[in-house]
Amino acid sequence: MKLTGAQALIRSLEMEGTEVMFGLPGGAILPVYDPLIDSSIRHILVRHEQGAGHMAEGYAHATGRPGVAMVTSGPAATNIVTPLADAYMDSIPLVVITGQVPYSVIGTDAFQECDTVGITMPVTKHNWLITDAQDIPRIVREAFHVATTGRPGPVLVDVPKDIANQMMDWEWPETVDLPGYKPNLKGHPKQIKDAARLIGEAHRPVIYAGGGILKARAAEALRELAETTGIPVVTTLMARGAFPDSHELALGMPGMHGNYTAITAMQRSDLLIALGARFDDRVTGKLDGFAPDAKIIHVDVDPAELGKVRRPDVPIVGDCRNVIERITTAVKADQAKREWPDLSEWRATLKGWQTEHPLHYDQSDEAPLKPQYVIEQLRANTPDDTILASGVGQHQMWASQHWRFEHPYSWVNSGGLGTMGFSVPAAIGAKVGCPDKTVWAVDGDGCFQMTAQEMVTAAAEKIPVKVAILNNAYLGMVRQWQELFYEERYSEVYLSPDLPDYVKWAEAMGCVGFRVEDPSDVVPVIEKANAIDDRPVVIDFRTDYREKVYPMVPAGMTNDDVILGPETDRAGGR
Amino acid sequence: MPIDHHILSVLVENKFGVLTRVSSLFSRRGYNIYSLAVSPTEDDRYSRMTIVVDGDAALVEQITKQLNKLIPVIKISELADADAVERELMLVTIKGGADTRSQVTELASIFEAKILDVGFEAVTLMVAGQPDKLDAMTDLLKPFGIVELQRTGRIALPKLSRQSSKLRVVKNRTA
Repeated sequence: MKLTGAQALIRSLEMEGTEVMFGLPGGAILPVYDPLIDSSIRHILVRHEQGAGHMAEGYAHATGRPGVAMVTSGPAATNIVTPLADAYMDSIPLVVITGQVPYSVIGTDAFQECDTVGITMPVTKHNWLITDAQDIPRIVREAFHVATTGRPGPVLVDVPKDIANQMMDWEWPETVDLPGYKPNLKGHPKQIKDAARLIGEAHRPVIYAGGGILKARAAEALRELAETTGIPVVTTLMARGAFPDSHELALGMPGMHGNYTAITAMQRSDLLIALGARFDDRVTGKLDGFAPDAKIIHVDVDPAELGKVRRPDVPIVGDCRNVIERITTAVKADQAKREWPDLSEWRATLKGWQTEHPLHYDQSDEAPLKPQYVIEQLRANTPDDTILASGVGQHQMWASQHWRFEHPYSWVNSGGLGTMGFSVPAAIGAKVGCPDKTVWAVDGDGCFQMTAQEMVTAAAEKIPVKVAILNNAYLGMVRQWQELFYEERYSEVYLSPDLPDYVKWAEAMGCVGFRVEDPSDVVPVIEKANAIDDRPVVIDFRTDYREKVYPMVPAGMTNDDVILGPETDRAGGR
Repeated sequence: MPIDHHILSVLVENKFGVLTRVSSLFSRRGYNIYSLAVSPTEDDRYSRMTIVVDGDAALVEQITKQLNKLIPVIKISELADADAVERELMLVTIKGGADTRSQVTELASIFEAKILDVGFEAVTLMVAGQPDKLDAMTDLLKPFGIVELQRTGRIALPKLSRQSSKLRVVKNRTA
């Protein structure tokens, strides 16, 4: 069967099970948008290409399926670089198709030409420039394979316009043949045995669960390991939801803005079982003071993570679910044979810390609103399986701290790259992927202004997401650092609470807008928002600009130097 | 502190852009390439890169793992000095009028270098050998005045198991 390259591309995407793609057409990608009209694939027309990328990420976060985005060449391709870099840092499976100027004029500085493959090389797992339409099915197949297997990540396929118009003989490849790409998914049996042995010798063990748990669909396996061994679990920013916060072994989030117990449990532990985590600097603090007494078991599907930051005692390359299940089996066999250490004292110590140093804030009956209160009320007044998306900054940390995560894939955020403006498009993508779930975005006023135009997309496409802006009129996290570490010299962080008028802006974009200033209005307005299902909703919560994120481990300090609250600002911070 | 040289022999797919992927990885992750040579292999689907990198064992392990993640990288072997045969080619133009030419040619014959070109005021030599031989020759030529010098970077292959020649120790150099 003869097809054009463009037809072959759309057909290949269908063959890969693509049900929806996010994009915006333009000159070089025009031929591919034509057969899209006849395709079963739903296309969401975005207002900015960055939005397409983050929507595809949100979709992938929430569903586990690869997100697909398609944009044109040049400026469109550069606009989608941020989502690619974001997905690369957070290991999100993404397939991005870009148009390119005709192959015959590449290198001549043609209109809307840029070296897309060159520009995106450092922020993709792999990328391809198609030079022959005959290669399209094979390359699309490879692209999806690379994006979704091993350590997932973004890939990009660059399609020159003349290649899209070229005729080819359609043939779908049965297999993928990439001799240089063979992810190792099965952990080594000896290493698994060694891991079980170390677990059986530890007295103060902690499971350090990272985003890899979610990528490997290993939340159940994690729970079984924790319950079999009685070992408490910290969930990193990327792993929130991988282990239920209500579980008695749950310690919550560690790291720079983690809670005291999670941070200190890791510091005092004699064994860290790192599962799909990468010892990020935001978790470890100053590295040479991190968990000084702990032996390390490190499980990751990416061999390069093992020993990159901290040398493990037992490194295991493999798929998290597979390896965790086998560790659990080995542990059970070992437990049947001999007496295991009693961890009840360790757990009691941790319980003591949890009681002594809970997260806290004070909300009076009157304004100003505390941002933490808004998040707690949001949690209390939304369905249990609500998906929460967030931007980057103070609101993100408060959301991660104060939302009770009970289900995997209910938290969509930008962890590694820290991309402001992530939440609006990511929430839209998540809602497209999970139309039956309630999707809320918690956003900052700074973040919202970066990608708010996608609320138009949400309104036009009838994607009823809800956005809670914690409007403190500042770039809050930067302000917090300037207050604490730059002698309260505030440099370029004030944004104004009224400019723009978020309610009017929401209405102009086809959404419903609300404003809340008084604590007593929080719940009624959330309920009003919940009742709206035909349009997106934006709520402008006017929150206290003085509120800071605590606990906090200042940059460059060890996790022993955690500041618990404003009363210890000065003493602990210097 | 002495710098460790490690030779990585990297078999890659023979496609355009592969060198960029490798060099981009090095710059992105802050690794330093001491020398790099790329050449076709007996199988035209593949090329071989011989990369000499500086760093301790942990860094080289990390470089190897990161390189392995590149899709077009098929196989990486680290060639320890003792287990590899390595060669490098150098072209060097030295000042040498009629008065010093004989001294230069004498040095050339000691190092089994070939004279490729002779001018009124200069001589161009070619020498092949192990990298420290090239270093030694460069040192001895310096007093004459080196006009231009170019080295290919080393290429290396594993030693064959039947060989039992005396093992050579690469002297540590400060780069």
